[in-house]
Amino acid sequence: MRATSLLPWILVFPLAGFLVNGFLYLISHSKLGGKDAPKGPHGSSDPAGGHGGHAHGAATQAAHQAAQAGHGHGGHGGHGGGHEPIPFAALHSLVGPVACGLSLLFALLAIGSWWAETHGHEGLVATLWTWVPMGENPTWFGAKVLSIDVALRLDALSALMLFFVTFVGTLIHVYSVGYMGHDPGYGRYFSYLNLFMFAMLTLVLGANLPILFVGWEGVGLCSYLLIGYFWDKDFAADAGKKAFVVNRIGDLGFMLGIFGCAALFGTTDFGAMFDAAVKNPGLYGAGGLMTAVAVALFIGACGKSAQIPLYVWLPDAMAGPTPVSALIHAATMVTAGVYMVARCNVFYRISHEWAAKTLGEGATFWGLLTHDAAFVVAVVGCATAFVAATMGLAQTDIKKVLAYSTVSQLGYMFLGCGVLAFAGGMFHVFTHAWFKACLFLGSGSVIHALGGEQEMTKMGGLRKLIPHTFVTMFVATLAIAGVPGLAGFFSKDAILAETFAAGHPVLWFFAVLTAGMTAFYMFRLMRMTFWGPFRGTQEQLHHVHESPASMTIPLWILAFGSLLVGWVGIPDFILGGENPFERFLEPAIPALPPDWTPHAHHMSLSTEWGLMGASVLVALTGIALAWRFFSGPYPFAVPERVATALPNLYRWVRNKYYVDEFYEKVFVEGLGKGFGRFLWEVDARVVDGVGVNGTGWLTLQISKISSWFDLTFVDGAVNGVADTLQAAWRGYRRVQTGRTENYALTMAAGVFGAVCLWIILR
Amino acid sequence: MTPALIFFWILGAVVVIGAVGVIVMRQPVHSALFLLLSFVAVAGLFVLAHAEFLAAVQILVYAGGIMVLFLFTIMLVNIRRQAREPFLHRQAAVAILFGLAFYAVVGGLLVGEAKKLAALGAAGAADPGKLATVSIAGATVAGNSQAVGWALYRDYFLPFEVASVFLLVAMIGAVVLGKRTMEKVD
Amino acid sequence: MVPLTHYLALSFLLFVLGVVGVLARRNLLTVLMSIELMLNAVNLNLVAFSRQLGDLGGQIFTVFVIAVAAGEAAIGLAILISLYRLKGSVNLDEASEMKG
Repeated sequence: MRATSLLPWILVFPLAGFLVNGFLYLISHSKLGGKDAPKGPHGSSDPAGGHGGHAHGAATQAAHQAAQAGHGHGGHGGHGGGHEPIPFAALHSLVGPVACGLSLLFALLAIGSWWAETHGHEGLVATLWTWVPMGENPTWFGAKVLSIDVALRLDALSALMLFFVTFVGTLIHVYSVGYMGHDPGYGRYFSYLNLFMFAMLTLVLGANLPILFVGWEGVGLCSYLLIGYFWDKDFAADAGKKAFVVNRIGDLGFMLGIFGCAALFGTTDFGAMFDAAVKNPGLYGAGGLMTAVAVALFIGACGKSAQIPLYVWLPDAMAGPTPVSALIHAATMVTAGVYMVARCNVFYRISHEWAAKTLGEGATFWGLLTHDAAFVVAVVGCATAFVAATMGLAQTDIKKVLAYSTVSQLGYMFLGCGVLAFAGGMFHVFTHAWFKACLFLGSGSVIHALGGEQEMTKMGGLRKLIPHTFVTMFVATLAIAGVPGLAGFFSKDAILAETFAAGHPVLWFFAVLTAGMTAFYMFRLMRMTFWGPFRGTQEQLHHVHESPASMTIPLWILAFGSLLVGWVGIPDFILGGENPFERFLEPAIPALPPDWTPHAHHMSLSTEWGLMGASVLVALTGIALAWRFFSGPYPFAVPERVATALPNLYRWVRNKYYVDEFYEKVFVEGLGKGFGRFLWEVDARVVDGVGVNGTGWLTLQISKISSWFDLTFVDGAVNGVADTLQAAWRGYRRVQTGRTENYALTMAAGVFGAVCLWIILR
Repeated sequence: MTPALIFFWILGAVVVIGAVGVIVMRQPVHSALFLLLSFVAVAGLFVLAHAEFLAAVQILVYAGGIMVLFLFTIMLVNIRRQAREPFLHRQAAVAILFGLAFYAVVGGLLVGEAKKLAALGAAGAADPGKLATVSIAGATVAGNSQAVGWALYRDYFLPFEVASVFLLVAMIGAVVLGKRTMEKVD
Repeated sequence: MVPLTHYLALSFLLFVLGVVGVLARRNLLTVLMSIELMLNAVNLNLVAFSRQLGDLGGQIFTVFVIAVAAGEAAIGLAILISLYRLKGSVNLDEASEMKG
C-alpha cells in the first residue's frame, strides 16, 4: 500500500475513538442524571507550589461529600472514587488504547512504505481536498495563487515525530487504563485523550502551515480540556484557562508568521515554500523579512513550548491527571513548537546568513538579537533552560519539579535549533519524550501508591515498596541527568557541542550549568522520594502498593527506551561513522546555495572529547551533591541551612521569582481589568452620555426651535389671515344697518357713480 | 323776454317752492299741500309746452287722485302724535351734500352741452303745430287731445293695454296689502 | 320761446330735490311724496323734449308714466299702512329688521 493512502487512516482512528468514547459517555451520563464529581488528587497541589500537605485531610472530606451528593454512596478516601461501577468502563478501556494502537500500527506501516519508496530522501504528500481555493494573490514578488489544501506530508521529520508520538501515546493510553480506572469521568477522559492524539497527529503530519495550525489549536483545546479535567477544583479550571490564554498570546505571533509566509511566498505549503526559499535566499532574506517571519513563528513556539515569557502555564498544568502531564506536557504537545521551528529551519538559516552578511564582523549582541532569528531562538532557549532549572531546585511537589524540568529541557531543544543544530534539537526532542514520559508516569505511579500524595516532603523510603516504579524512574533519571550511555547523554551532548562550535561560549557555559542543575534536582527528587525514612501517614504506609501491570508495563518499555534510543544518534567521532540520526534527518534540512551556507564548524577531536568530558563531569558533580545533601534520616538539613543563610534568595527561588504574581498584577489586573474598566467608562460616558443622551438632548432642542417656528410663523400666518378677515368683516358689518334710508343712499350713490362714469367715458 | 319765458320763470319758481316745501315741512300734511302746489305748477308748465291734454291729466290724476290718496293715508295713520320728533335722518347732511354734488355735476354737463349747441347754431324748437294735429284717413284733425288720443289707440295700443293691466294689478295689490289679517270668526 | 335747457335744468332740479327728500326724510309718507316729485320731474323732461322735437311720443310716454305713478303710489301707501299696523309708526328708522 502506498504511504499516501495510509496517512489519512492514522488520523481517522483517534478521531473515531474520540467520537465513540464521547458518545458513550454522553448517553451514559444523561441516563444517570447526576454530574460526575471528578475526584482527582486531593487538592494537594496548589498553584503556588507551596506547602500543600494540609489539604489532604480536608480534601478527603470534600471528596466524601461530593461522592455522597453525587451518587449517594460513600467514597473510599483512597483512590478518590467510589466503588460505583463506571458505565461502559470496559468499552472505554478497549476503545481508547485500541484507537491509539491502530494509529500506531498504520503509522508504522506508512513509515515502512515511505521508506521503501523513497529511502527517506523525499517527502510524500497526500492531498485530501482543497480547503481554501483563493484566486490570484499578489505577493511582493509577483502574482501567485494562494490556495490551502488539506494535505498530509510524510518526510523524515514528520516520520520521526509520528513514530514516537504514536508509540508513547499508545503506552500512555494503556497506562491510563490503570491510573484513571476508578475515575467517574473515565469515558470523558479517553475521548479527550483520543481527540488530543488526533489533533497532535494533524499537527505533525500537516503539509502546510494552516493545517499545522489547525492541529496546533486542537492540541491547545485538548490541553485546556484535560488540564481542567477535574473541573470542580478551582485551581484546575483556572490552570486550564491560563494554559489556553497564554498559548493564545503566542498564537498571535504564529498567525502573523503565517500571514508573512503567505505574503512572501504566495503559498504556505512546506515543500513549495522551502524549495522557493532555497533556490533564492537572497530575495526572501532581504530587508529582514525572513527574520521577522521567523521571529513571529518563534513567538508561537514560545507559547506552545513554554519558553520565556510564556512558560507560566506549564507548572500550573500539573493540575491535570498525571498521564495527561506525561503525554501532553512532556512528550508531545510541548515539543510541537520545536517541531515547527525545525520544520522551518530554512527560514532560520536564511535569517542567520542574512544577519551575518549584513552585520559582518562587527556584530554585537543587540545587533544579532535584532537581525538573526536563530540567535533569538538560541538566547531565549538558553535563558529559559537556565532560569527554569533554578526554579526546579526549590520545588517540593514532585510534578512541579518535573514540570520545570520540562521547561528547562525545552529550552535546550530551542538552544539546539538556535545554533542551527536542528538535528541535535530534534534528537533531544526524541530522547526527552522517552525519559520524561517515563518520569511522569513513574511519578504517577508513586502518587497512585500513596493515594494521591504529591508532596515529596511527605514521601521517602519507597524504594523497596514500589520496586518497579523505582527502577524505571531511576533509569529515566540517569538518562535525563546525562549519564553517559543513556539517551539524554547523547542528545544533550550534541547540543552542547554544537553550541560551543557555533561560537557561543557564554551560551555553552550556561547550558552546562543547567545540565549540572538538572542532574542535581533530579537526584534530589529521587533521594527525597525513594530513600530515607517514610514521612507520610501510617494509613498511607499501610496502603502502599505497586501499580497494576497496565501501569508498570509502559514504565518498563519507556525505561528501556531511555536506555537504548540514545544510540541512534551517536556522534560521528566516537564510532567513526556518520551520526545516523543526523543522516536520517538530512533530507528535511535542504542545502542552501554555497554563499548562504555557513562553513561547517570543525572542531578538533580533542575539543570534542574535552567538551564531552566537561558535560559528564558537571553531571556527575550534580549527582554527587544531590546524593550527599539529601541523604540520611533527615534530608532537609541542607535546604534549611540555605534557607537560613540566604533567606531572601531562597524565598525568591521558591516562589519562582514571583513571575506569576507580576503577570497577574500587570497584565490581568492592569491591562485586562483596567482596560476593561476604561472601556466601560468610555461606553458609559461617551457612547451613552454624548451619543445617546446627547442625541436625545439635541433632538429636544431642535424640536423646541421647530415648535417655536411653527407657533410664531405658521400659526401666526394663519391667525393673521383670520384676524385680517375678521377686521374686514367687522368693517363690512356696519354697512348692513338694516335701515332703508342707508340703502337708498347707497343706491343713489351708485347711480351717481354710473353717471359720472358715463360722463367720463363719452 | 317773451311772455312765455316770464310764465316759465313764474311757474318754475312755484314748482321749486313746492318741491322745497315738500322736503322741509315737518308735518306730512304740509308736505302734501306743497306737493299739490307743485303739481299744479307743473300742469301749468305742461300747457306752456303745448301738452294741454297732459296738463288736464296731471290735474285729474295727480292732484285729484294721488294727493287725495295721500291725504287719506295721513288721516288713517294719525301722524300728529309724532310731531315733536326729529324729522330728518342722521344721514340728511350726507344726502344734501350728495344732492348738491349730483346737481353740480349733471348741471355742469348740461350747461356745457347747451353752450355747444348754441355754438353749433342748432335749430329752435320744432313747429308746435305738429303736436296738435293728426291726420285721420287723409283728413287733418286739429287739437292736442285728439292727437294724443289717436296716437294712443293707433300707434301705442299695446303699451296702453299693458298699462291697463298694470293698473289692475296695482289695484289688487293695494287691496291685498291693505287688508287686515283674517280673524277667526267665532 | 323757452329754450330746452331751461326746461331741463328745471326738471333736473326738481329731480334732485326729490332725491334729497327720499334720502333725508324720516317719515315714509314724505318719502313717497318725494318719489312723486321725482316722477314729475321726469314727466317734465319728457314733455320738454316732445315740444322740442315735435314728436308726440314724449307726451304718450308721459301718459304712461302718470299711470305708473298712480299705481305705484297706491301700492306704496298700502305698504305703509301695513308697516304702520306692524310697527305702530311710519318712521323709517324703526323699519330696521334687516340690520346686520
